[in-house]
Amino acid sequence: MKPTRLIIVAVGGQGNLLASRVIGEAALMADVPVRMSEIHGMAQRGGVVESSIVFGDAQSTIISDGEADVLVGFEPSETLRALNKCHPGTVVISNLAPLSPFTVTVGNGIYPELKVIQSLIRSKTAKLIAFNAESMAREAGNILSVNMVLLGALIQTGKIPLTRETVKEAIRTKTKKVFVETNLKAFELGFSTADSMA
Amino acid sequence: MHKLLTRQPGLKMLLLGNEAIARGGLEAGVAVSTTYPGTPSSEISSNFFQISQESKLYFEYSTNEKVALEVAAAAANSGVRSMCIMKHVGMNVAADALLTLAYVGVRGGLVILTADDPFMFSSQNEQDNRFYSKLAGLPMMEPSSAQEAKDMLRDAFDLSEELQLPVIFRTTTRINHSSEIVSLGELRDPKTTGDFVKDPFNYVTVPAVSRNLHAKLLEKLDKAETLSENSKYNMIAGKGSWGIICNGVSYNYVCDGIKELGIQNSTRILRVGFSHPMPRILIRTFLEECEKVLIVEEGEPYMEETVKAFAQEAGLTLSIGGKGDGCLSRLYEYDPAQVRESLGEYFGVDYAPRDGIDLSDVPEIPQRPPSLCAGCSHRATFYAVNKAAEGMDTICPTDIGCYTLGFLPPLSTGDFLICMGSSVGTSCGFSKVSDKKVISFIGDSTFFHTGIPGLVNAVFNSHNFTLVILDNGITAMTGHQPHPGVDMKAMNFEGYGQVSIEDVVKAVGVKHVSVIRPYRVKKSVDTIKEALMYKGVSVVISQEPCMLFAKALKKPRRKPFFVSDKCKGDKDCINDLACPAFYIRKNRVYIDPVLCSGCSVCAQICPEHAILPLKDKA
Ligand code: SF4
Ligand code: SF4
Repeated sequence: MKPTRLIIVAVGGQGNLLASRVIGEAALMADVPVRMSEIHGMAQRGGVVESSIVFGDAQSTIISDGEADVLVGFEPSETLRALNKCHPGTVVISNLAPLSPFTVTVGNGIYPELKVIQSLIRSKTAKLIAFNAESMAREAGNILSVNMVLLGALIQTGKIPLTRETVKEAIRTKTKKVFVETNLKAFELGFSTADSMA
Repeated sequence: MHKLLTRQPGLKMLLLGNEAIARGGLEAGVAVSTTYPGTPSSEISSNFFQISQESKLYFEYSTNEKVALEVAAAAANSGVRSMCIMKHVGMNVAADALLTLAYVGVRGGLVILTADDPFMFSSQNEQDNRFYSKLAGLPMMEPSSAQEAKDMLRDAFDLSEELQLPVIFRTTTRINHSSEIVSLGELRDPKTTGDFVKDPFNYVTVPAVSRNLHAKLLEKLDKAETLSENSKYNMIAGKGSWGIICNGVSYNYVCDGIKELGIQNSTRILRVGFSHPMPRILIRTFLEECEKVLIVEEGEPYMEETVKAFAQEAGLTLSIGGKGDGCLSRLYEYDPAQVRESLGEYFGVDYAPRDGIDLSDVPEIPQRPPSLCAGCSHRATFYAVNKAAEGMDTICPTDIGCYTLGFLPPLSTGDFLICMGSSVGTSCGFSKVSDKKVISFIGDSTFFHTGIPGLVNAVFNSHNFTLVILDNGITAMTGHQPHPGVDMKAMNFEGYGQVSIEDVVKAVGVKHVSVIRPYRVKKSVDTIKEALMYKGVSVVISQEPCMLFAKALKKPRRKPFFVSDKCKGDKDCINDLACPAFYIRKNRVYIDPVLCSGCSVCAQICPEHAILPLKDKA
């Protein structure tokens, strides 16, 4: 199986690591070769968390600049920051609800406009699916399920070798019981949103 | 039941490298495990800690790595399989024990895991601990994947017993923090008790004994070299005449790289997994069969120097590339593309990299550095110290923990840091040679780790500084591990003592000791002022639980605060305190009620008294 490389970037606390784990567990269920790596040094202190997930026949667990086939960004400016990981054929999925970094509050830097972020990504990659995943998570009943919303959108693209059913099964069996229902709902909302944008 | 205790050999699980390593320990029947927590090794210990609650495994968070190694060394010399886990710099602390333990050896298997951190994702340096195996004369193993880490660790225990030597097991961050599908092996029931047989002429390292022991160590190393020659972990693949010698994660990048370059048939790879002693004959034979060889290893040219020496001994003149000629770097970690490029360049293979994208028109994106949590007690303490020291010329040595982040503006409370405990020792030196007021910071766990000797030194040699001990009741940065000052009973753990920092400080002989609650700003400032005035060593202990840990424990939450219309926009809260719960929209200051933990510090410092608890809003 030819390798497919996926990068997920998020701000600490957005649940990126759980999303990666669900993907990994789904790959295990489906017998898809998978390797992943995560950097979460001081994630809890509001920094950036990055996971790389490599499916198929490759031994590396990390992804070099310009080699991600799919990029999922949990926060718009972080999606833009990770653009160096992409190539012209990359499919990008991004949340559009910004989490302004504190550097902006103290006047060190300006948060780029959402419109600018989107047009930049769109012009440089194969496809951008961008929407407000936060409001969808709220609709699903838990604002913390942004990760599941974006996971749904990711699976809809068909860019990674996992089916909707397998991932749902992984959510059912590998996320906390009390959240399974909202997680599944969030996943479906993300899936159908990406579907409607296709 | 803990998932790593699953008794189903052959079962496949998605495991983090550190989980796979913990499982490997259990499959080896490890009975005693010790550590001082440090990223990237922390999850091995946190898993062992949990497992020890429900199995025969003994696990302890020791006060520092040296003590951890001593505990494990004694257990191993009583015939009990032991494992000692640390991050790379921890090895420096343990080195005193390590280098002579190598002479003494072990009876039961002892594996010392060192987790190196190329690129310094969460460390102060990127030292290459492979040199410790050379320095100490100990066998070393290095896995390339999570699955291999698990299996290799099991074998490392056998190797340790065969050689009667501790084995150094060296990983890097990308092994510890990568996940893959791992197939489980059989669990082995640990032998938890042993017997120490007196043999002082082999165990008490006075010079006459050590002279014999050093000779014995060299004999064991000869035997180790033979084992390394035949180890399945030193493996050769391919039949080409371009040789590649690699280790650890570099091996994966090499495998992917030669595939992408399409040079599988021209290359031959030697992956070294049993890397001290290096397999001399195997390497010589490998070199003889190659036209040219590239050595791909992150960090220092550890293998490269040895391989070149072997080539010289054998009179081989082929080209051996690596770091020397600027081909590969001694800096940071490698990545697959970088290794692929180096391979292409060294062997003269054309490779058209895929089209990149032009990023020149992407605007600068505001940085997102990690910061102290909203309501972190350290922020409150730093604020109070800054207020108390207003107008003073200061030097602020700091230490290792979340609070290191206080060095960033606007708190700017950190001027010097080299290692665990260095805040106290360097304060002695700074205050001796400078007229500036020295105020240093150390966390509770770090104080126990290596802060105490510095403080004893300060009292004995009559130094002059104020030490602020940031006591938040946990080892926060590495993921909330306990330390000797923690009330374990309160967390429902039985069988622990508790050491009071205040008692230790007083017992050491510090004459001016005060305790503050940093969320009471004015009182704290006044108390700190007094401490700063004192000539000699004064200690301020700042007690307030880590906010993040309190949240994790589901402690009752304080009411969040909000900025009322009384706000005149001075922004003292943002400029002096920089709590990340604050944000500005249309020039007005707001507090994010989800982030705010209700510490009330901002409310106390607002000159307009504009910040109020949310309940008063109605
Ligand atoms: S984890 Fe605890 S000690 Fe560390 S920054 Fe957060 S509140 Fe402060
Ligand atoms: S009370 Fe003020 S300083 Fe404390 S967490 Fe809330 S906003 Fe931050």
